[in-house]
Amino acid sequence: MDLYEHQARELFAEHGIPVPRAEVTDSPEEARRIARRLGGRAVVKAQVKTGGRGKAGGVRIVADPAAAELTARQILGMDIKGHTVGTVMLAQPVDVETEFYVSYVLDRAAGRFLAIASAEGGMEIEEVAATRPAAVARIPVDPAEGVTSARAGEIAAAAGLPAQATDVLVRLWQVMIREDALLVEVNPLVRTRQGEILALDGKVTLDDNASFRQSRWGAESAGHGDPLEAAAAAKGLNYVKLDGEVGIIGNGAGLVMSTLDVVAGCGARPANFLDIGGGASAEIMADGLSVILSDPAVKSVFVNVFGGITACDAVAEGIVRALDTVRLTKPLVVRLDGNNATRGRAILDTHRHPLVQQATTMDGAARRAAELATAV
Amino acid sequence: MAIYLTEESRVLVQGMTGAEGMKHTRRMLAAGTNIVGGVNPRKAGRAVDIDDRAVPVFRSVVDGMQSTGADVTVVFVPPAFTKAAVIEAADAGIGLTVVITEGVPVHDTVAFTTHAAARGTRVIGPNCPGLITPGQANAGIIPADITKPGRIGLVSKSGTLTYQLMYELRDIGFSTCVGIGGDPVVGTSHIDCLAAFEEDPDTELVVLIGEIGGDAEERAAAHIREHVTKPVVGYIAGFTAPEGKTMGHAGAIVSGSSGTAQAKKAALEAAGVRVGATPTETARLALALLAEGARRR
Repeated sequence: MDLYEHQARELFAEHGIPVPRAEVTDSPEEARRIARRLGGRAVVKAQVKTGGRGKAGGVRIVADPAAAELTARQILGMDIKGHTVGTVMLAQPVDVETEFYVSYVLDRAAGRFLAIASAEGGMEIEEVAATRPAAVARIPVDPAEGVTSARAGEIAAAAGLPAQATDVLVRLWQVMIREDALLVEVNPLVRTRQGEILALDGKVTLDDNASFRQSRWGAESAGHGDPLEAAAAAKGLNYVKLDGEVGIIGNGAGLVMSTLDVVAGCGARPANFLDIGGGASAEIMADGLSVILSDPAVKSVFVNVFGGITACDAVAEGIVRALDTVRLTKPLVVRLDGNNATRGRAILDTHRHPLVQQATTMDGAARRAAELATAV
Repeated sequence: MAIYLTEESRVLVQGMTGAEGMKHTRRMLAAGTNIVGGVNPRKAGRAVDIDDRAVPVFRSVVDGMQSTGADVTVVFVPPAFTKAAVIEAADAGIGLTVVITEGVPVHDTVAFTTHAAARGTRVIGPNCPGLITPGQANAGIIPADITKPGRIGLVSKSGTLTYQLMYELRDIGFSTCVGIGGDPVVGTSHIDCLAAFEEDPDTELVVLIGEIGGDAEERAAAHIREHVTKPVVGYIAGFTAPEGKTMGHAGAIVSGSSGTAQAKKAALEAAGVRVGATPTETARLALALLAEGARRR
């Protein structure tokens, strides 16, 4: 889960990392009052979980409280790469002398966390990394040892950061550990003309697997923007809305992803990702079908189940019972394969729902579902 | 022969007495696995009856190993206790730890995989279906009755896609199928399995299944080009999957790869791997390559 900038800023402050004064609001009038509290001038920053805010006009400096209100009104509700701006952060402007880059990130290949730091911070850090790799220090973090002052000193020295940054590096590692973060990035970390070190902008990604021991951000940041995704989440379904017309239900993330690909290969677009996992009970099937059928773009539904641990006859029973509670309005193509597939298919044949048809192979079923969705 | 797991393997189950642990211990036994005991300090000294077999419960992995000569452990404990369970197994000096548990925090996985590697314990998983050497032993939750022993090796991030390919290629059968798990950090990589299959005389061809995210498949491709002489057939899922979580600038700086399905397919094909467009086509490619190999002999 990604945090908003203002949440990252709050975490940094809690761990003793210096940040500029700032406040968050969803109201232009309040933005005016915040600017006044900050001393008049302010940076108004759209709070969205995507990069490129500045280029999209979502970050602007204002000279006085009246301008803060006007600008906040313009930025709130703005669309930045598909993200609607719901809140803005107003921060005290800072007199920047130098910009640095520091982050800790999971290095999947090495199975470790990596410190990345550079004396050339700012927006073009990826370009710096690509064109002048020597300007970017990458130092693995020993998981048992963590980032001690000595280690932080080495990172700062390798990247050419001032000694003052050492303390920030140690504290950022504490954010990583204590918050179960997968990424903590400060870009830029700045030195002001007054010689202060400040974390000006930050990005934090938390590990969803650790939510059982990290409860604080939960609902506030999970942010299901899509109403269908919100409905599915309320039912505990692993559902992602897509822009197509073939509804997809399958068991196992890999098989569902593969199903999307095979449907796309047949010339139709998948309407969603829905992984019902190993169980495939009647209740889960009914919940899944009702979410998918409430998507007006859906023209056909493809249920693709491989019976491994769950046998296909149990899955077929689940589908039949789900159809007792959910009114099927679109054709349903079912492909059952694996354990007890013959028995499962026989159950669906016996039930004989006019909108349900079966295919014995995944590729054949995908073709059929695609035809049904694209036929006018 | 097979890789990592054979009929000689003596298997402990950590978390055997829980609901999932019991269910799958029963399945593993039915598949012929030599399950020598469970581990649960609160139920130590008792035996659990599973299908008329009394399976002893030990206080610790060390106890279980001393009493039975166990060399493999399968971990079913909940995410909050997984790190401690794997560290206990590694400290006991067990050779292979298979972590089925889903939802383990990545910081914990980084800690226990590093710890285990330093002690010479191989970890498979977490969040994986385990591995099966059909006809010999099953360590995990892979259904044993959808395929048979044979000469294909399989390594996969995804559970259900593993089952799908095992089933599609059931007439040829498999030496060993390894589900390495789809988490960002796992103990055993595609490359580890490719290297083991290359050495395994029972394996003639390898099926490699990957999916979007990370650059494990790209690295596997580089390994294949340099070190693998056996034919490899690939399948990648996720060409149309929604764009995943962004990892800021740092993600791109680390891997230097976009992690897209297209990039993975291209890397594998450049290394001479035939990549199927669907699981079924992948199975057909494997069959064709095996037939070609037979003709050449």
